[in-house]
Amino acid sequence: MTHPDPGVAPARKRRLSFLGAMPLTLLFIGLLIVPLVLTIVLSFRPYDYDLGVQAGWTLEQYIEIFTSNYTLTVFWRTLWISGLVTIICVLIGVPESYILSRMKAPWNSVFLLVILSPLLISLVVRAFGWSMLLNPMSPIGKLTQMMGLGSLLYTSSAVVIGLVHVMLPFMIIPVWTSLNKIDPQTIKAAYSLNASKWQTIKRVILPQATPGILSGSLIVFGLSTSAFAIPVLLGGGRSRMVSNSIYEQFMVDLNWPMGAALAILLLVMNLIIMMSYNQILERSYKRSLG
Amino acid sequence: MSFLQLHGLTKKFADTTAVDNLSLDVAKGEFVSLLGPSGCGKTTTLQMIAGFVDVTAGSIILDGKDITFAKPNERGLGIVFQTYALFPHMTVEKNVAFGLEMRKLSGSDIARRVKDALAMAQLEKFAQRYPRELSGGQRQRVALARALVIQPPVLLLDEPLSNLDANLREEMQFELRRIQQQAGTTTIMVTHDQAEALSVSDRVVVMREGKVIQIDEPYVMYENPATPFISRFVGKTNTFAVTLTTTEQGRQFDLDGHRITLTNESAIAPNTGTCEALMSVRPEKIEIGRQGQGRFAGSVKNSFFLGNLWMYEVQTAFGLLIVSVINNHQQVYKIGENVSLDWHENALKVLAAEPAGDL
Repeated sequence: MTHPDPGVAPARKRRLSFLGAMPLTLLFIGLLIVPLVLTIVLSFRPYDYDLGVQAGWTLEQYIEIFTSNYTLTVFWRTLWISGLVTIICVLIGVPESYILSRMKAPWNSVFLLVILSPLLISLVVRAFGWSMLLNPMSPIGKLTQMMGLGSLLYTSSAVVIGLVHVMLPFMIIPVWTSLNKIDPQTIKAAYSLNASKWQTIKRVILPQATPGILSGSLIVFGLSTSAFAIPVLLGGGRSRMVSNSIYEQFMVDLNWPMGAALAILLLVMNLIIMMSYNQILERSYKRSLG
Repeated sequence: MSFLQLHGLTKKFADTTAVDNLSLDVAKGEFVSLLGPSGCGKTTTLQMIAGFVDVTAGSIILDGKDITFAKPNERGLGIVFQTYALFPHMTVEKNVAFGLEMRKLSGSDIARRVKDALAMAQLEKFAQRYPRELSGGQRQRVALARALVIQPPVLLLDEPLSNLDANLREEMQFELRRIQQQAGTTTIMVTHDQAEALSVSDRVVVMREGKVIQIDEPYVMYENPATPFISRFVGKTNTFAVTLTTTEQGRQFDLDGHRITLTNESAIAPNTGTCEALMSVRPEKIEIGRQGQGRFAGSVKNSFFLGNLWMYEVQTAFGLLIVSVINNHQQVYKIGENVSLDWHENALKVLAAEPAGDL
């Protein structure tokens, strides 16, 4: 390969790379930045129940959110459900990925497919599946009632169960990827240094899988906070999450500025939590695992 | 009584025999290399000693104790892996301390021994670095320090230098030997690099297709290779076929119009009478001179300057020979130049009675 004249090349190259970056930049601006700015603007517009969105600026929506017990409860519920779903996904997903990574061909691909196959089924269908499983007339429903737990359907527990089921693949894939990247020789090295199986898992395997667990947790937490269908179908009216409130404001109350304010607050909450989580964990692994 | 004994060690995979009836006695403090081309079973042998591969038949006895079926984490052997296998999430210091922590030593003991091990490997400055922040040679030394800090009875090295570039590899060979001698640890190294095996080992075990072909000290192995395969694999050599006859003066053959008598140094010519044989002479043992100086005439086909050596390819009546000459103000010959070759009769080795035999 020959290089073009070095004097001309940089300018031309810059022009070309600029042109090459244009389509995605436009897409990004058109589909993310513009709607986001419009939503932020909308959240500061006054709203009148008779006249709709008005011109001018107000903090009315934000004040209402922060003073309403109901909205704060919804935010708090969103937060703890998402946190709990993330923790359960780590507890189930990490051992599952470890087992998957230790499987030999062809079973590893078979079981990876089994783990991923729920993603091929519509979310709504899966939610209905769970509502059939959990309703009071089903065997599981009868069992939980016998145990004195009552019917789980239309409770926060049902939402957690449903979300864990939906989110698990998003935890398993990154953890499995980072487990596969581990040099199997390091495991042998640990054994040769007298480490037991458990010590090897704890001191050598898990720390190396941490970047995967970290990104899996971020994906699961992020998707859970914005979950919509599962809380509606399994939580009923009693366990709604922020997305459901946003939907209600936009589509039922037609209070768009309120819906916009809720959406912006959810976004800000997510950003703060995810970025600080990332900071804390990533800092300790940046140097060693890159 | 030897320290580590391998008795009839055999490993069979589905339909192949990776290691076939291997027996080896290693003395305490000895450095033994398993040398052979890839697929000769040397790595499998090491893995069996380490406990990562099950033994099909035979036994491994360490210091009088049978460890054939012991788990890898119960053997307490020090292992340096080909990829070094450092723990990427731990600093150099933590990597070295790991084995001691697993042995539940006290904190002060661990600190002291880690410090000593890092000093021995000249790694004090890098104690707080992570493996990915180190060069290949430094990683290699960390792996060595980590394996030696537990004071293992036996150190196993799996191609420890193969991931280093040529200059560093040579430097690390001597480094490896220095550290091993300082620690006095019995060591078994697997390698496919004959130069590496010759330079650092007390004894070299040459393997091929799962079998041991020769076990000898490096110098003996080089001078008296048991088979044509070893003569080519360990160092370079020139071979040519001759017809041996037995006369009153001893075993003789004709070469390029000269009658040559074998000396006792030439190894045993297997049978008396007349037979075909393959002769070998090492490149550095051939003297090259101006036309007419030596017994055999030839012409330079090609020449290579290797820094410390000149390597010539010389065409003779009995084949193309490689000749190496030390770069010590000796006469330099040009390509196409007519030269003469000669050697001391002791330099000639009989490799096989039948030139077709290739083991």
